[in-house]
Amino acid sequence: MSAGSRAARESRWLPWHAIAVFAFLYLPIVTLIVYSFNGQGVGGFPPRNLTLDWYRMLFADDAIWASVLNSLLVALVAVAIALVFGIPAALALDRANFPGKAAFRRLVLLPLILPGIITGLSLLMLFRQTDVKLSLVTIVLGHGTALISVATTEVFAGLQKLDRAQEEASLDLGANYWQTFWRVTIPNLRLSIIGAALLIFTLSMDEIAVSFFLIGRDNTLPLEIWGRLRRGITPEINAISSIIFVFSLVAIVTWYRLRVGAEGQPEIAAELLET
Amino acid sequence: MFSRAYRAAITLPPLLWVAAFLLIPYALLFCYSFWSVSPEQAIVHSWNLDNYRELFRVNVYLQTLFRSMWIAARVTIFALLLGYPLAYFLSFHAGKRKDLLYQLVIIPLWVSYLVRAYAWKTILGSDGVLNTLLQYVHLTKHPLEFLLYSPFAVVLTLTHIYTPFTFLPIYASLEHIPRNLVEASHDLGASPFQTFWRVIFPLSIPGVLAGATFAFVLSLGDFLAPLLLGGPSGIMISNIVVSLFGAAYNWPLGAAISLCMLVLVIGLLFLSENLEKKWSFR
Repeated sequence: MSAGSRAARESRWLPWHAIAVFAFLYLPIVTLIVYSFNGQGVGGFPPRNLTLDWYRMLFADDAIWASVLNSLLVALVAVAIALVFGIPAALALDRANFPGKAAFRRLVLLPLILPGIITGLSLLMLFRQTDVKLSLVTIVLGHGTALISVATTEVFAGLQKLDRAQEEASLDLGANYWQTFWRVTIPNLRLSIIGAALLIFTLSMDEIAVSFFLIGRDNTLPLEIWGRLRRGITPEINAISSIIFVFSLVAIVTWYRLRVGAEGQPEIAAELLET
Repeated sequence: MFSRAYRAAITLPPLLWVAAFLLIPYALLFCYSFWSVSPEQAIVHSWNLDNYRELFRVNVYLQTLFRSMWIAARVTIFALLLGYPLAYFLSFHAGKRKDLLYQLVIIPLWVSYLVRAYAWKTILGSDGVLNTLLQYVHLTKHPLEFLLYSPFAVVLTLTHIYTPFTFLPIYASLEHIPRNLVEASHDLGASPFQTFWRVIFPLSIPGVLAGATFAFVLSLGDFLAPLLLGGPSGIMISNIVVSLFGAAYNWPLGAAISLCMLVLVIGLLFLSENLEKKWSFR
């Protein structure tokens, strides 16, 4: 067989494979959204009696909205913690040398690669040993700490593109480190930081493996959904899931645009593996 | 150019925080695994290897660990079979649509894990979407029971979740291949088949290793998909840990199992990192 026809054959099956993979990736999401309008419940083909009842029911469901509020609160504080420690961590990895630097880098990134159960359990033991009562605060500490990894990788990637001459100029012109940090370094990292915040927010809103072990009396949204799934399923869960999907979609597309703006095509995980 | 004080200011706060909330907790996990529980359900801080002996004495722990590894291995293989050709297509053949398609892959990645596992449950159940569809078109008369509450459902769902994870590093490594290497291979008379196997594939091995490690490690430790879709035959090692930390109340034994998992995971990460270095031409 000639090279040309083999190339043609290759480019013939590849698009079909791609279409099949996309179908596989989107099938559950589409099903979820379609059945959120299904009058007959979560199963049953074809969907019939299209209705908005499940959304109405959802909007009247106080427990869900209380958990949404909890999740928003947790995510906001988690973003703050992750940025407050993740930005300096990225700077430290970029421009400081200290004993144990390699171990520190691995430790910070570990929660990203480790199954959530290990981080969740380890924190549970910490809180038990120190007699801290489980509540939203412990969840916030868990999310914030685990997601420092995301802030660090995102900001570290931004730092690689940063022109150090600007900071040098600022220092030469008499600004102190504090001023240089706030007026030169941070504004230059703006896109990476906003992108990191969006990503951390989305991940925290969705986080369940760590929260599972650190939950007190108040549920976050994923744990509220989890509790209901154990009791039986209704399209109300499809409805709230569809709404979450729309919000994550907006967050992700925004994040993507920011990353493209900051440094061309983003490579999530790629720089993580190179560190 | 950076003063000592500046470097201390950027290093110490994250270092202390990470020590308090990551290093100490992981160390506690280690300590707990050598402790035990008294009949009054208090943690006894006496150091011994009983939990590890128990682990090797009772068959169910090792059996479940091996079953979890087998599930994770299948997930990894399927994720590679789905992710690699997709990454190759995007990187080499997608042309102007590359950017859009890339976004389409990463969107499901960040869509709630729980929501996607739940969606599969509504598809695979005995009166779920798939079974009622099959009966609607008269392909089957009765619902297929093996679809839900089986290792099959767990493998399918985890493959769905980790395919984009596997795709990402592979795509990154394909994108880094200098295109003139590929052209040179063509110009020197290699067929596309030869070019792929002798130039492109070897250069993408670090990405494959990274993607495979992600898929294997993260699915190995999963406990939510098995709880939701696995049924009794789909139980994984983390489910045992969860029950030991809950109703069964034996934290030290749970810690010992977690620590074995942690060691296994870190060993794999270490191995894959070294293999990546070996295969890295950059």
